[in-house]
Amino acid sequence: MTPLVLVAGDEFQAPGPSIFNFPPLYEGAPAWLTKPVIFAVVGALLVCAFAWSAFAKPQLVPRGMQNIGEKGYEFVRDQVARPFLGKDAERWMPLLMSLFFLILLWNLFGVVPLIQIPIASHIAFPIVFAVVIYALRIYLGIKHQGPIGYFKNMMFPPGLPKPIYLLLSPIEFLSNMIIAPFTHAVRLFANMFAGHMLLAFFSSVGFWFLFERLTPLGSGLGVLGAVMTIAMTGFEMFIEFLQAFLFTLLAAMYIGGALHADH
Amino acid sequence: MTEAAALLAAEGAENPLFPQAYELVVGSFAFLVVFLVVGKILTPRIQKTLAERTEAIEGGIKKAEDAQAEAQRTLEQYRAQLAEARQEAARLREEAREQGAQIKAELREEAQAEARRLVEAAHAQIEADRQQAFAQLQGEIGRLSTELASRIVGESLEDEARQRRIVDRFLEELEGRPEAVR
Repeated sequence: MTPLVLVAGDEFQAPGPSIFNFPPLYEGAPAWLTKPVIFAVVGALLVCAFAWSAFAKPQLVPRGMQNIGEKGYEFVRDQVARPFLGKDAERWMPLLMSLFFLILLWNLFGVVPLIQIPIASHIAFPIVFAVVIYALRIYLGIKHQGPIGYFKNMMFPPGLPKPIYLLLSPIEFLSNMIIAPFTHAVRLFANMFAGHMLLAFFSSVGFWFLFERLTPLGSGLGVLGAVMTIAMTGFEMFIEFLQAFLFTLLAAMYIGGALHADH
Repeated sequence: MTEAAALLAAEGAENPLFPQAYELVVGSFAFLVVFLVVGKILTPRIQKTLAERTEAIEGGIKKAEDAQAEAQRTLEQYRAQLAEARQEAARLREEAREQGAQIKAELREEAQAEARRLVEAAHAQIEADRQQAFAQLQGEIGRLSTELASRIVGESLEDEARQRRIVDRFLEELEGRPEAVR
């Protein structure tokens, strides 16, 4: 079974969610040794290697990789950390840098030829990040606002008429404690999943109608599929960047909210 | 469950919304490695370098500001000196003019005095000459008068003493009308 073209007889069949299932790399390999797992590790090592080449021996006057690395660092610091963490930004930069660049590279794997799998399209990986942020957020909230103060600040924002709290408090609790971590992980997962599906669909249309079953009638559709594949690849790169940015931004926002009651 | 989930189950595929345990482990491991290497080791290094750079730039700016202030001070000093020199020059010029005027006045004074002196000397000379001429004339007139008188009255006036008295009287009369002499 090739992941790109799913043929059932003579009819074109759009790729389904099964394109995200990868068998073990070779016959007799352990079940966990699959393509996404391999590239998750490769991605982590690549991020470390990039960061090492940029920041291992930083110079006052930057050269080469350090320039690029500093641009990345300043992006995370100025666009993510400072708006939400203010003076605490520097302290949380290590976490945010790791998050942003690991997610970004894993996402970009979705458009790299031959790799072509956004790691976060397997929900386990976004869950790891979201759980870490969730745990950190509750720990920091209780540490900085007290166990009662944290939940009180969360559920009972001051300055509202009393009956409102009957409605508001459960919603706030639900939204902060259950929905937020869930959407945090699922937003990243779903974007990568859907984006990859789209790319797979358009590329399989192009492949099927131009190579597998080339007919005068179908060739136009094939060309459209190929053109859309190219356009969607560009769009996907944007979405992959955006989702890495958004995930890190939300992490910074959650941490900032735990450090200081923002209501 | 939905039709899609049923379809997935039929295909023997995992539900994409359920995480694989081994992927959770691999994801945690990957994140931990990246956090330790990128977050714990490398990010502090670049933070330190950026802080140092900020410091260096601020130091450089401080140094430049100091240099500028120094230059400004020197400029002020030069300007003050220049103004002082100008003032000094103006003062000297003024002094010279005053001195010149004074010297001119003195010279004029001196010249006037000299002129006055010359005029006075000339006057004195003239007076002396006049006196001399007058004295000479006195004798001459006396002699001529005597001669004239003797011519007129003859030998009667031969007597010396009388002659003298007559002449003196005559002269006294003359001196009694000074305007006639002048």
